[in-house]
Amino acid sequence: MDSHAAVEHGPELLHHFSDAEQQRNAASLGMWLFLVTEIMFFGGMFCAYLVYRYWYFGDFGAASQTLDIRLGAFNTAVLIGSSLTVAMSIWAAQTGRRKVLVGLLLATILLGLVFLGVKAVEYHDKFEHHHVPGASFHFEGEVPGHPGLPVNPYHAQMFFSLYFAMTGLHALHMIIGIGLFSYLTYKAWTGYYTPKYYTPIENAGLYWHFVDIVWIYLFPLLYLIDRHR
Amino acid sequence: MATAVVTAERENYLNKEYGVRSWLLTVDHKRIALLYLVSVTFFFLIGGLFALLIRLELLTPAGDLVQADTYNKLFTMHGMVMVFFFLIPVVPAVLGNFLVPLMIGAKDLAFPRINLLSWYLYIIAGVLMLHCMLTGGVDTGWTFYTPFSTAFSNTKVVEAGIAVFINGFSSIFTGLNFIVTIHRMRAPGMTWSRLPLFIWAQYATSVIMILGTPVVAVTIVLVAVERLFHLGIFDPKLGGDPLLFQHLFWFYSHPAVYIMILPSMGVISELITCFSRKRIFGYSFVALSSIGIAVLGFLVWAHHMFVAGISLYAALIFSALSYLVGVPSAIKVFNWTATLYRGSITYSTPMLYAFGFLGLFTIGGLTGLFLACLGVDVHVTDTYFVVAHFHYVMVGGVLMGYLGGIHFWWPKITGRMYPEFWGRLSALIVFVGFNLTFFPQFILGYLGMPRRYYQYVPEYQVLNVLSTAGATVLGVGYLMPMVYLLWSMRYGKPASDNPWNAAGLEWMTSSPPPTFNFDETPVVDFEAYDYEHIPEKHEEEVAVG
Ligand SMILES: [Cu+2]
Repeated sequence: MDSHAAVEHGPELLHHFSDAEQQRNAASLGMWLFLVTEIMFFGGMFCAYLVYRYWYFGDFGAASQTLDIRLGAFNTAVLIGSSLTVAMSIWAAQTGRRKVLVGLLLATILLGLVFLGVKAVEYHDKFEHHHVPGASFHFEGEVPGHPGLPVNPYHAQMFFSLYFAMTGLHALHMIIGIGLFSYLTYKAWTGYYTPKYYTPIENAGLYWHFVDIVWIYLFPLLYLIDRHR
Repeated sequence: MATAVVTAERENYLNKEYGVRSWLLTVDHKRIALLYLVSVTFFFLIGGLFALLIRLELLTPAGDLVQADTYNKLFTMHGMVMVFFFLIPVVPAVLGNFLVPLMIGAKDLAFPRINLLSWYLYIIAGVLMLHCMLTGGVDTGWTFYTPFSTAFSNTKVVEAGIAVFINGFSSIFTGLNFIVTIHRMRAPGMTWSRLPLFIWAQYATSVIMILGTPVVAVTIVLVAVERLFHLGIFDPKLGGDPLLFQHLFWFYSHPAVYIMILPSMGVISELITCFSRKRIFGYSFVALSSIGIAVLGFLVWAHHMFVAGISLYAALIFSALSYLVGVPSAIKVFNWTATLYRGSITYSTPMLYAFGFLGLFTIGGLTGLFLACLGVDVHVTDTYFVVAHFHYVMVGGVLMGYLGGIHFWWPKITGRMYPEFWGRLSALIVFVGFNLTFFPQFILGYLGMPRRYYQYVPEYQVLNVLSTAGATVLGVGYLMPMVYLLWSMRYGKPASDNPWNAAGLEWMTSSPPPTFNFDETPVVDFEAYDYEHIPEKHEEEVAVG
């Protein structure tokens, strides 16, 4: 256990790694693999979306048009902005700017909270309009491009089922991410991260970028379909 | 290495610390392996109890011991406990945890704390499952088929679902840990082409774990959400598609069979080379066939749905692809057989189990080809033929490999030898009992006895009595190792560092190994299974028959 005692390293090097490089590589490979499992996790839902969008093509279009495209676009911008602050926080860690690092991490958390706030407004809206699947669900309208063809409410309900399942799972990931970044902010404040050791920030950054990318797919699939009609 | 008795006194991972805390908060992969050993054995006993009740009920054609409702719960919980809480974790979490770092010359897995987290997730899931079973149970079958599970069953589907979900993350984290460890933690000189085949098997298994498990997890979430909030994704009444559930479920659950069998195949490669004192025949073929199984295994799931209403063209393609999985499996069996050819074979307990594996897995695999054949499958779908087939693979194959491995590495794990006579006897009893239990079920299925019913027509009774009789023999065979292995931990002969004179890094450290496995990081300059260069005889008797 003391075989590497002579080698100089920070307190963060765990005993079972031979050097900091190996530890860093292991952590980063682990994170990438975790993201692979996340892709498969969301993949099940995207698969369900694909099937039902194909089956209930027009009904999905009609249901999608009730979503507020401005709120969706705003949130997309917010998330892309937060990806920028995350990327910059890694730069700050690399160059040892502690205060900048803390500020950027806080900005990321703030943007995440803004996103969730807007999402909450949207969810509230769905409740108001009885667009939440269940006994009180109600939907009337015409299939876009087919005047006089009424929307099948069950199929519209399927759209909202997927909407809530997918955005709900995404929001859950955002909440976990915000928790993660709060911890990082605290650690960064204490000066734990140095230009030699900032792997956790890098890995949390990877996670955050992944959650952003999921939204980049969710936004067009849920908000932008059949808008041209 | 000649100081067998002296090494028993030196500090190792077992005597380093004592007390409950030192076990429950350990991050040592070897101790976590033992935590798993105890917990999977516990769930094996629970699942075995359900199996016993099922076989007792089927002793007579009438429903006398239990009625339909109870019987449905019995086979459901037998399946859930055995699949999710025993077969999937058993070899990776016990033998894999113990051996992966040792075999590649690492001090521990890459993420020791996540490894401990895996065990806790497993325990939380297990406690939930137990609670679910004690407060009413589930009756959906281990497959959770919709719309029965979402709209009709009035049992504890959600709770069982949450248990399976949490357990899934335990398995994902184990897989992730293994992949990173195998990539990043190998000792100097341990190249990919020098890895023991057990490691290749664990690697392939881990790939399936991290790619498949999330899909079943999200599917179970959707089932739970549908039950709780009427989301209707699988409910045909609301425009949903129950077949979508089956697709998503089997996308994981077919490859899950390979999560169970691949690690055991890895064990068999170790056993056969050691006890025939030969290099493996066709190393790279055996190694890559594991990867081949992992890849092809993801392309065959719909063979579970031939009669569910998928299109004929889809069924034909899945039928053809299912045949293809037979190729890498056959490569393994042929190469093992070729390894045996002209080897100097020792019939020790682990080797007897390996032979048992070859027999049972071959029968299980070949009957799998019957089922991959569209025409035959339509005839025997949902009959005891299917039950017999998957028990031959999942129980016969997996358990033979596991028990063989446990005996083989027992001296390394505990520092004690097991009693050889009892070991061989148990291997024999398990083999006989297993065939007596499940071979009649092939015939029953072919004659048309459907699975999952608590009654049957009197014509089937003789074969069912045979099967139940076999199950009791099998039960004795499984209980015996539990008794004598426990006994040997205290009274067994102290083991030397390498009692089998086997190749591999795990045999180059003391038995039991020190906490960080090796006093000095080993440097590897030899190929795997280099038995030509290892003298056959050892100063200690190797229990030759
Ligand atoms: Cu299958």
